[in-house]
Amino acid sequence: MSAVRPDPSKLYHRKMPATWWLTNRSYFLFMLRELSSVFIAVQIYQLSNGPDAYVAFTQKLSSPGWILFHLVALLFALYHSFTWFQSSAVVLPLRIGERSISRPIVTALHVGAWVMVSLIVLVLFLALKS
Amino acid sequence: MATEKTIEPLWWGLFSAGGVVAAFLVPIHIILVGFAVPLGWTTDTGALYRIWWVKLYLFVLIVLPLYHWAHRFYFTLNDMGLKPISKLLAVLCYGGAIVGTFVTAWILLKI
Amino acid sequence: MDGTLSYRWSCRMGVCGSCGMMVNGTPKLTCAAFLRDYYPQEIRVEPLVNFPIIRDLVIDMTDFMEKLKSVKPWIIRKEEKPVSEGEYLQTPAELEAFHQFTQCINCMLCYAACPVYGLEPKFLGPAAIALGYRYNMDSRDQGKDQREIIGNHDGIWDCTFVGECSVVCPKHVDPAAAIQRSKVDVTKNWFQSILMPWGQR
Repeated sequence: MSAVRPDPSKLYHRKMPATWWLTNRSYFLFMLRELSSVFIAVQIYQLSNGPDAYVAFTQKLSSPGWILFHLVALLFALYHSFTWFQSSAVVLPLRIGERSISRPIVTALHVGAWVMVSLIVLVLFLALKS
Repeated sequence: MATEKTIEPLWWGLFSAGGVVAAFLVPIHIILVGFAVPLGWTTDTGALYRIWWVKLYLFVLIVLPLYHWAHRFYFTLNDMGLKPISKLLAVLCYGGAIVGTFVTAWILLKI
Repeated sequence: MDGTLSYRWSCRMGVCGSCGMMVNGTPKLTCAAFLRDYYPQEIRVEPLVNFPIIRDLVIDMTDFMEKLKSVKPWIIRKEEKPVSEGEYLQTPAELEAFHQFTQCINCMLCYAACPVYGLEPKFLGPAAIALGYRYNMDSRDQGKDQREIIGNHDGIWDCTFVGECSVVCPKHVDPAAAIQRSKVDVTKNWFQSILMPWGQR
């Protein structure tokens, strides 16, 4: 039996509102995750300007405003890290021999690696700085 | 169907690399730059940043997340209703990251 | 009750994919949405979003069907094996590589859940890309270069990994994973073709 194709111009099309991401908890958290990238960008620029007038700059950074900014930035950075590790578990299936490793474990392995990398950076910084 | 050669894999590749760098390295650096040094938990004269491989590390640390931001922010702005000006957004986001790459290299070479 | 209310249904057991609708804003197979789980809250049933509405709860699936066809969902061989050589053999590991992505029942819940498809109707979409991935990962298939639509604009590159498609999928196909893994694959090939053009297949 040949299907009768509906004429698209006669069908009712509902439009998606620009606030679509506010209607659903999952969508909202997705948006927060995406916006965390803005904080990373801003933080990176602070870093890149640092070495120039370094001591004066670090004095400026001790003001309450900057501390608050860095606190917010740190929270967003941690949110980015954690969601990134969760996403990595989906994107890169790991296996030992024939068996695949479950996603929560892959995420946990990423977190473990992150802790180690952070410690290495910290140790190197303390050892090399003057 | 004609196949269109898209350069998207380039941006996605940079986005992914930037995401990995940001995820593993940014938190500890925020702690160092934003809290440890300003609050006096440790001292830092900035001499460290003159070492060549430290500069290389900083270059990677700063530049790759810029491309991560650019790619994500471009798509986010599109998704939030700015699709009609998406070409302009592309120039601002990816162009911004490219400009940032040169500025960062210049600053690091200057130190 | 209005006897003229139009809606699709068939198997009533979650395998035919006919009865997808929005239940309290979430795309669901309505044969798997039991009143006892919602009562006494109000239950709101709407046609699947992101699709044109034909009548009442019936949506037009033409776009979806076209997209499924566009990924060439069949085994493509460079050279067909003659029947006398017997069947294609697969190890359990080779089957496992794509088996999960064969479970799609074409219910379109993933398209309703995907905000990208809602914003950009040209997006190939979760089920179609997962279907293409299923064939690309099948060891019997040799047609990956004929499924370039997946790696084109409006293929995988429109996806921003919201992940809702996999959340709502009633058969746990995980189209989001198929799409992200396709991105890795296409990106690897792209960088290889740029950096080592002599190694072209």
